[in-house]
Amino acid sequence: MYSQISKNKWNSLFLFILFFILIGAVAYVINLLFFQGYLFIIVAAIIAIIFSLISYYSGDKIVLSMVKAREANKKDHAHLINSVEGLSIAAGIPSPKVYVIPGMQINAFACGVSPKKASVAFTEGSLQKLNRQELEGVIAHELSHIKNYDIRVMVLASVLVGIIVFASEIMLRSFIFGGVRSNENKGGSAQIILIAVGVVLLILAPIVAQIIKFAISRKREYLADASGALLTRYPKGLADALRKIKADHEELRTASNATAHMFISNPFKKKQWLASMFASHPDINDRIQKLDSM
Amino acid sequence: MDLVYWILIIFGVIVLYIIVAYNSLIVLRTRINNAWSQIDVQLKRRYDLIPNLIKTVQGYVKHEKTVLTEVTKARANLMSGNMNQKAKASDQLTNALKSLFAVAENYPQLKANENFKMLQEELSGTESKIAYSRQFYNDSVMSFNIKIQRFPASIIANAFRFTKREFFKAEGKEKENIKVEF
Repeated sequence: MYSQISKNKWNSLFLFILFFILIGAVAYVINLLFFQGYLFIIVAAIIAIIFSLISYYSGDKIVLSMVKAREANKKDHAHLINSVEGLSIAAGIPSPKVYVIPGMQINAFACGVSPKKASVAFTEGSLQKLNRQELEGVIAHELSHIKNYDIRVMVLASVLVGIIVFASEIMLRSFIFGGVRSNENKGGSAQIILIAVGVVLLILAPIVAQIIKFAISRKREYLADASGALLTRYPKGLADALRKIKADHEELRTASNATAHMFISNPFKKKQWLASMFASHPDINDRIQKLDSM
Repeated sequence: MDLVYWILIIFGVIVLYIIVAYNSLIVLRTRINNAWSQIDVQLKRRYDLIPNLIKTVQGYVKHEKTVLTEVTKARANLMSGNMNQKAKASDQLTNALKSLFAVAENYPQLKANENFKMLQEELSGTESKIAYSRQFYNDSVMSFNIKIQRFPASIIANAFRFTKREFFKAEGKEKENIKVEF
């Protein structure tokens, strides 16, 4: 358990370093091709930060209303609230607000800016179909997301993706409308090759950025599985819950592409054609296997 | 001249390290105290819930006096004494409640009582909160104890008199007390 936790933390750090290298490369290419390339990077960074901060601070309310979650009350969901409170104590974080999502699919997610202002939401299906240990496993997974600041991690990742996307976009557009460095017009085939390589890199960079972001997201899922197991001291609970989720074929109608990455498992049951590189969650069999080996 | 600079730099680094290490020890110690009060809150909660439970149960189970006295007795020990005694009393109460709820299984009317159902959920919730706060407390104690024993933080821990903390566990002979009678 402990080794998996530290391994996943190192992996996320490594991926973030990769991110900064990518941004550096994009900045370098832009500067090579155009005037004032670094200024564009700064502009792109400002836009990305503003966008992400808006989603950062209003994100949880929007998501909760999108999935039609309502706050759990002590009368109907005494057991759920008690379990969340208990596991929050184990995690050493303040108890988050608890929501219930209508729908019979087994699923759950956590959202919120910081441990002090976090929320967790569970579908009615997960309350009915999971037994005590399994539900506690799922709760511990969600609380671990809060404890590990995964929401911040993913916001940071989105800012970095945003910088790359905006910068490449602006550059490619201004390139199309003609703005290549004119003072180096001495030309030659070397320059043309350089420009071609630069353009290809600018087209590929946003895609690579997305792949890195999804890789970070998957690492955080493994991390939440492992630190969740540390809270309940019972990895089998979450493993069994994931087995049930795997066998569950309910659709969650309120989920959309925009919110899919937040859930404990992909709410769209049908396998999407996208390769596993673009998956926000690791393969469920792999997660079960890792939990069983703890 | 160069040597003086080097000495100053090394001295600065050492001072900085002492400050950082001292602060992290303070953080860990505060976390332990906080975790301890968390246990106390939950023990108190259970202490407060039990009179209600007794009141509800009494009307239904008139012939099971011993179970009820067990619970009352264990409850009385809960809020006094040192850490070990509290841990012991808490374990005793857990066992007493377990047998009370086992007895309640034989009384369908009691089991159907709304108030009883609520109290049962509340008590088992508190029970697991006690277990979790205990776990958090013991985890915190463990990381503190490791930290103050590890070199070089151990020097600072010694200098500022940080001492090892006790785990929250029931010491004593309760394990020997289990007798199986045929």
